[in-house]
Amino acid sequence: MLRFTAERLIGMMITMLLVSIMVFAIMEIPPGDYADRYAFRKYSGTGVNVTAADVEAIRVELGLDRPMLVRYFDWISGIVLRGDFGQAFAFETSVTKVIGDKVWLTTGILFATLILTYLISIPIGIYAAVRRGSAVDYGLTAFSYMGLALPNFLLALVMMYFANLWFGADIGGLFSKEYQNAPWSLARVWDMLKHLWLPAVVLAWSAVAYQIQTVRATMSDELNKLSVTAARARGVPEKKLLLKYPARLAINPVVSTIGFDVNRIFSELPIVAVVLGLTELGELLLKAYLDLDMNVAGAILLMLTFAIVFMNFLSDLLLAWLDPRIKLGTT
Amino acid sequence: MLKYYSASQWTLIWWRFKRHRAAMLASLVLGLMALAGVFAEFVAPYGPVARDTSYIEGPPQLPRFCDQNGCSLRPFINGSKTERDPVTLRAISVPDPEVRHYIGFFVKGDAVKVLGFIPTERHLIGLQDTEQKIHFWGTDDLGRDVFSRTVYATRTSLSIGVIGVLISFVLALIIGGVAGYFSGLVDSVVQRVTEVIRVVPIIPLYMGLAAAMPKEWSTTQVYFAMTLILGLFGWPTLARRIRSQLLSIRYEDYVVAARLSGAKAGRIISQHMLPSFTSFIIVDLVISFPYMILSETALSFVGLGLRPPSVSWGVLLQQAQSVRAIEQTPWLFIPAIFVVTAVLAFTVIGDGLRDAADPYAEAK
Repeated sequence: MLRFTAERLIGMMITMLLVSIMVFAIMEIPPGDYADRYAFRKYSGTGVNVTAADVEAIRVELGLDRPMLVRYFDWISGIVLRGDFGQAFAFETSVTKVIGDKVWLTTGILFATLILTYLISIPIGIYAAVRRGSAVDYGLTAFSYMGLALPNFLLALVMMYFANLWFGADIGGLFSKEYQNAPWSLARVWDMLKHLWLPAVVLAWSAVAYQIQTVRATMSDELNKLSVTAARARGVPEKKLLLKYPARLAINPVVSTIGFDVNRIFSELPIVAVVLGLTELGELLLKAYLDLDMNVAGAILLMLTFAIVFMNFLSDLLLAWLDPRIKLGTT
Repeated sequence: MLKYYSASQWTLIWWRFKRHRAAMLASLVLGLMALAGVFAEFVAPYGPVARDTSYIEGPPQLPRFCDQNGCSLRPFINGSKTERDPVTLRAISVPDPEVRHYIGFFVKGDAVKVLGFIPTERHLIGLQDTEQKIHFWGTDDLGRDVFSRTVYATRTSLSIGVIGVLISFVLALIIGGVAGYFSGLVDSVVQRVTEVIRVVPIIPLYMGLAAAMPKEWSTTQVYFAMTLILGLFGWPTLARRIRSQLLSIRYEDYVVAARLSGAKAGRIISQHMLPSFTSFIIVDLVISFPYMILSETALSFVGLGLRPPSVSWGVLLQQAQSVRAIEQTPWLFIPAIFVVTAVLAFTVIGDGLRDAADPYAEAK
């Protein structure tokens, strides 16, 4: 197990390194650089005539005239060694300050969504496999088609509309008005939990549809195995039998795709966040992109991707623990 | 005399596909959508940016056969007249039951060029009275016809999907082909790169590239940039499929025979290896359409994709972004039905094709 963990850990490090290069490349793509935008922002409307030399001076001052490779190492070592993501441009403060506690809000949304996804999809997937060909089974298949076809942001709009119609309350956002800018307290956490269900449902929508199909397919295969027949012949009660043999294995593909689910959730997060008015990383990412605030955008993209890579690593370990064959490389 | 019939693999697939009713229906729906998109100028009664200032934020006008003055075999709509809202004193249009405008097919309208080169004045559907306008699905806040705009948007959104899928297909063929055929070090490098692209959340990645498009670009430039962006990162799934298939048949006798006869790598891959799993590739291509369409819609929806005056499903849905908009002008949400229908159709067709392409499906 130790060897296996070490191998995966090294693999994770390499992926993270490559990801950081890619994110840095994306930060570099927009035409013009930080110095141009800084000069424009600082002097626009002041009547001061900005010459190319002024911009160049800012560039030298900020160290942006150095070769790309040097700047990359500067950027990544700042992040790794000091947790410093550089300067946020739009707010004229550090990226770390801009992001602040939004990381925890995003984490909260992520885990609420994941828990909801597995709480719904695993039992229902198992049920659908046991009752293959029943009306429930067909209904679920139809539902999983909709899971892919109805984009989350449209679902978010529809749900906001109906929630507005039925409850008449303002249900968007992550906090009620009085807690929006309040310091963290138990009451604020409780308020957030009350608001968390809507984004969790919206984001879990497609993941649930997908995972139900996965669980159902594996469970169907496992149900045909001889071990099940043998256990049935021994007279093991049906319920116990289902849980002991096929259900245990049906969870494996779910565990192995946790990283994939996180990826999907993060992918949909920015747009859902805009519709639902969630003030967290996804929304900030979109805003940063629109303002071309690439330091903030790059930092968030890096965080989200690192989280996905880390979850992939965790799911590998979890899977190896659940299914020892994986460690030996026999499957 | 005995007659022998033999069906090729493709004929067999087509026979099996025909029996899949849902997939046939989905093909029909998608075919109609594609036709409407291709001939948008002819199908849409009005241009995508033509304004009808007398009918702003007007609700859908449903064709009817009867009103209080009796019935007619030819569908019509009642005219409208402008009145003041008794409370807010705002000018609102109210139906005028005394006036009828009849609907006709192939009616005269604005002169347009279908596909940019076939000039016509006729439109598929519209009002016989050319002075009057009909808005089947209502109008937006500038008085633009939602039906016409949706038809034009169908062209944009579907064509972006097609071009995006084609670009990613070519890339997947090259990358997957190289990795699967040569294996070894090349394969490991390609696998690493694929892994990195797959691990970055795709919409934020697209958003980053789309945000970099200069603001002064024309709508055409933005359109092609968008297809390129979608295509450039859509290949990993398909490339993996091609790679693993190639790896699994690398040492089949016929491949080894071709290699021993001195055939070049490109020829072996394209002539001998790829044909053995073409059907799987087609299925994968069909299934990757929805992701392209959804990505484009999502990007345009938040203002990072296509920009007005271009019309795509995402651009149209931008106007229905808030709950207030859905409450006051629910018809602006109609393009969403198109998105859902198109994605659903592609998925169902993909499933049907997968079943049809599987030679062992019969046994079940």
